[in-house]
Formats: sequence, structure tokens, C-alpha cells
Amino acid sequence: MQTRTHPLLVAFSVLVFFFLLSPLVIIVGSALSDTSYLTFPPQGLTLHWFQNIFEISAFRRTMITSFTLAVGGTALSMLIGIPAAYALARYRVEVPRFMGNVFVLPILIPEIVLGFSLMKSLATGMGLPITLSLLVGHALLVLPYCVRVVGASLNNFDFSIEEAAVSLGCTRTKAFFVAVLPNIQAGIIAGFILAFITSLNDVSVSIFLTGPGVSTLPIQLLAHMEQFFDPTIASVSVLLMFVTVAVMAIVERTLGLTFLTK
Amino acid sequence: MTVSLTLDNVSAHYGSTKVLEDLSLHVGEGELVSLLGSSGCGKTTTLRLVAGFLQPTAGTIRLGERDLTRLPAHARNIGLVFQTYALFPHLSVRDNVAFGLKQRGVGRRERIRRADDMIARVGLEALADRHPANLSGGQRQRVALARALVIEPPLLMFDEPLSNLDAKLRVDMRVEIRRLQQANGTTAVYVTHDQEEAFSISDRVAIMNAGRIMQLDTPEVLYSKPANAFVADFVGFENMLKMRVVAEAGDAVRAEMEGGATIDLPKDRFAVPGRDFLLAARPEGLLVVEGAGAGIPARLGLRTYLGRAYQYQCDTPGGTVTANGPLSMPMEQGTPVSLVPQPDQCCLLPVEA
Ligand SMILES: Nc1ncnc2c1ncn2[C@@H]1O[C@H](COP(=O)(O)OP(=O)(O)OP(=O)(O)O)[C@@H](O)[C@H]1O
Ligand SMILES: [Mg+2]
Repeated sequence: MQTRTHPLLVAFSVLVFFFLLSPLVIIVGSALSDTSYLTFPPQGLTLHWFQNIFEISAFRRTMITSFTLAVGGTALSMLIGIPAAYALARYRVEVPRFMGNVFVLPILIPEIVLGFSLMKSLATGMGLPITLSLLVGHALLVLPYCVRVVGASLNNFDFSIEEAAVSLGCTRTKAFFVAVLPNIQAGIIAGFILAFITSLNDVSVSIFLTGPGVSTLPIQLLAHMEQFFDPTIASVSVLLMFVTVAVMAIVERTLGLTFLTK
Repeated sequence: MTVSLTLDNVSAHYGSTKVLEDLSLHVGEGELVSLLGSSGCGKTTTLRLVAGFLQPTAGTIRLGERDLTRLPAHARNIGLVFQTYALFPHLSVRDNVAFGLKQRGVGRRERIRRADDMIARVGLEALADRHPANLSGGQRQRVALARALVIEPPLLMFDEPLSNLDAKLRVDMRVEIRRLQQANGTTAVYVTHDQEEAFSISDRVAIMNAGRIMQLDTPEVLYSKPANAFVADFVGFENMLKMRVVAEAGDAVRAEMEGGATIDLPKDRFAVPGRDFLLAARPEGLLVVEGAGAGIPARLGLRTYLGRAYQYQCDTPGGTVTANGPLSMPMEQGTPVSLVPQPDQCCLLPVEA
């Protein structure tokens, strides 16, 4: 069968890809430039600026902070998100509808407002140490992804499977672990990855919560840019982009990206 | 070990809506009792109460000597077969069947042996390593059955186990369920809204309506001697004619129906002088005889062909009724006839308040 594509559709597609991809091309190009300032097209080719990320201790430190924060914050968020998603799906009839939306609020609130209010409540209000408020802040930031993606797989789950486990001798708690959890694994992994990426790339919440001595990679990037305008900025961006793409590729290979859009 | 199941004046609520009211039910040792009724009448709710997924707001539930009422669901040791099968998607057929044994602390080799035995009894030896997603509906149903049976529960409960199968398979599976239940002598409760299914495999059937049991009896009694108008209608007594006894003579009574026509009927406990009663008749229980005679006077209306008989809508003084006439003699619309009740296809019922 021959499918005919409208020429306008082709034109639009090309334009969309051009606008989406050209900034990326520019960033990658600038990161490779053998000049001490940001420029595009690159003049000469070098990997020096990538090496530079690991040589500047602030970048090294904040990179570790960012990854730890992304893993820790997401894990903490899952501890709340999985039970919440379970309760919302299991007691669909009993739980008021708006409860489902409560867990999406961190997405709906403008990020800068979220960041500011977290600073006011966690750091200034409760006087939590910087690392702890960062952890709590990030957990809250990614909670919607955890609840929504895990919830999506729970909505397709037949809860009589859980009752079957109970009728065969499991307590309610055990039934959750042996009958429910193994069947929503895919959703948990997908939610984890999405949350991880969100946390890793976050600026607006982190900028309010970081402080003396403790920063995240994107925040350090901003700080660096204020003083130096060298290709390190581009190389850090490429690194963040690369991690994101790599993680997405894993999701695509294992679960399929459609899983996230369901 | 066979035990009986007793529900004593059990009530259940969802929030503030009452779903079951003062329900009492006794299922004898090794007996299979079906709960039969239309959608929403409380069949599943009754099962969930016995299984322990729902707490009754009043009444007690006993299994043999044991009081189940406050016992948590996981400690009740009841085999359940769900409408959706509810197999564990992440486990193979063998592990699904062995699941209950594992919870009971049966060692690995022993539980695999017993699971494989049970899988063989439901005829799935070849599929023991498959996952549920790769099974047909009938095969899944067999796994669900094996999983419930292998723990040798004193009570088995089925919630519309066959409603997702096609007609032919339904008949095969219900025979299979009955065979396994009888072979083990397990007490069983079977929920369905298919009358034929319930009648064919049950020792007794409880016909339910709006959270109450309307009648609990053997299929034979339900079919021929329904106790009230609801059950009569449910088992196919389509025609209900309101009458009143006007005279009594020996073994017969003379009843007058609305509109003034009279008819002679055998004496019955509901046909008492001066009281209203209902004459319930299946379409084949009203014999269509041409001309005026001893039966209910009527005029033939629409005729339809059923294969085994012709069916007529007949206008009587008491309203329209449905009656069957012989194939040998099709009659025309408008013919005056009399409808003669056949005692074995009719019954008399009290008029409900
Ligand atoms: N979780 C619930 N919350 C509120 N009402 C419920 C709930 N489950 C059932 N009901 C109501 O209780 C009544 C009985 O339901 P039940 O599931 O026992 O019916 P059923 O006889 O099994 O029907 P079906 O043949 O459709 O399965 C229905 O009116 C139903 O709407
Ligand atoms: Mg039901």
C-alpha cells in the first residue's frame, strides 16, 4: 500500500525538528570548541572542556550531590507515592475525587513559587539543614510523577488478585508485597526514572534551597556562568542531556516510551 | 473434613445503603447451594461477607463449629474462584496453584508435587510452566479452580465463575466443577445469574431479590412449586391471574377472576373461600381450546411460532396472558377460545401484601 504524505506535513515536520534540534546541535558544537569563550560554529575540536568538568572540584562535588539527591529524593518520594497511588486506586469509590489531584499540585504550582515556599517553610521556618531540605524539596517536586505513573499501572490492576492472595492465606500486608508489587514493577521503574530526571535537571526549587557549601550541578552551572563564559557551560549541559537521553533510552528499550504517556 | 456454613440474620451495608437485610442461610455438609438472582441483588456481597472482605453490620457467620464473624479473611481457609479468575500474572500455572500451599508452609518439593497433582486433575499437565497471559479463558478457569482446590478448603465459593466463557465451554466447565466438588465432598456456595446453570448443578438454590432470599429449595421444588410471585415469575410462570374463591365442592373450588368469569380448580392451601389468590401459569400450562368451554374465556391475539408450538397473546377478562397451542392446529387472530389450566404447569400463590 502506498501512503501519500502531504508536502505541507513534510515541511512542518522538518521545521519542528529544526527548532527542536538546532539548540542541541549548537550546544554540542560549542562544547567541543577549542576556544576559551563560548562560540558556534566551534573553532578547532577538543574534549578539554569535558575533562574540565571533572577537574573543577565544585562541579565534581555538585555532580555527586545531584545524583545522590535524585536517587534519594525519588526513593523518599516513592515511599509516599506508592502507598498513595495504591490507596487512590484501591479505594476509588471511597476516596473523594479531589484527593487524586492533591498529589499533582507540585506540578500545577509555578515552580518558582514552590521553591520559594519550600525555602520559607523548610529552611527558614523549620530550620532544616541544607541537605535535608534539598532532599525533602526534591521528594516533593517529583511526587506527582511517582503517584501518577505508579497509579497508571495500578488502574489496570485487578484487585481481586490481591483478594485471591488473602483468601489463600496472606495477610493484607503480605498480599500487597507478593501479589500487587510484582505486577506494578514496570510502573515503579518508569516513575522512578521520570522522577530521577526531573530532580536531576531541576533549577527553580534547588536554587532556593541550596546554600553555602551545598549546591546541585545545574545551580553550580549558573554560578559558573556568572564568572566564566567558557565552553564548560556547554559541556555540562551536554552531560546532563546525555544522562537524560541515556535513561530515556533504557526506558524505551525496556518498557516503551508509550508507557509514560498513558 | 466436611462442614456446614451458617449465616444467621446477617445484614450488610455499603456506607449508609443497606445491601443485605437479615439474611439467613444454611449450607449443609458437602452440599452445593447456588445464589441466584438478577444483577445487584447482593450475591457477591454475600460471598464477600463469608470470605471476610466485608464485615457484617449484624448477625453471625459460622463454618462448622467455628465462628467466622470476627476472623480476618486470611485465616478463614476458604477456597475462592473469581469471575475474573484473578490469577497471579507474574507466576506460572504451577506457582499459581502452589501459592496457597506456600502460605501454609508446605515445603517446596511437597508443594510442587501436590500442585502438579491438582494441575493433572484439571487436565493442564502440559501447561504447568506457562503464565496466565498465555492461556485461554477455559484454561485460566481451570487454573483458578485448581488453585482453590489444592488447599483442600472446607468451603469453596464461586462468584459467576463461568460468565466469561462461551456457551459450550460453560456447560462443560459446570459439569467439571460439580464433579470435583462432589469428589472432594466440599461444601460449596455458587453465585450465578444463569438459572439453567444454577439448577443443573446445585443441591439447592437460593433465589435472591434486593438483598433477601425469596426461596431456598431444591431446583425441582423451585421449578414446580414456587412459594411466591417473585420466584414464580423468575422460573417462568409468566402469567399471573388474580382470583377469589366463590364456592367449594369436595376436592375442587370455584374461583372467580377479575371481569367475572369463573373457573374450577383443585383445592389448594391458598385457595380458601373469601381470600384472593394468584393463579400462576407457564405459557404451556394454559391449553388453548377452541370455543367456549370449562376454562378461562379468551380471544386470541398475536400468534408467534416457537418451533415446538405456537404461542398466542390472549385477551382474557383479567388481562393479557401468553398461552401455547398445538402445532397441528394453527388458529387465527380473533378466534374465541377457552384456556384450560394444566395442574402440573400451574400453581396457586398467595397475593402479597
Ligand atoms: N463497593 C461498593 N460500594 C457501594 N455500593 C456497592 C459496592 N459494591 C456493591 N454495591 C451495591 O450493593 C448492591 C449489591 O451488590 P452485589 O455486588 O452484591 O450484587 P450482585 O448480586 O453480585 O450483582 P451482579 O450480578 O451484578 O454481580 C448493589 O446495589 C451495588 O450497587
Ligand atoms: Mg456479583
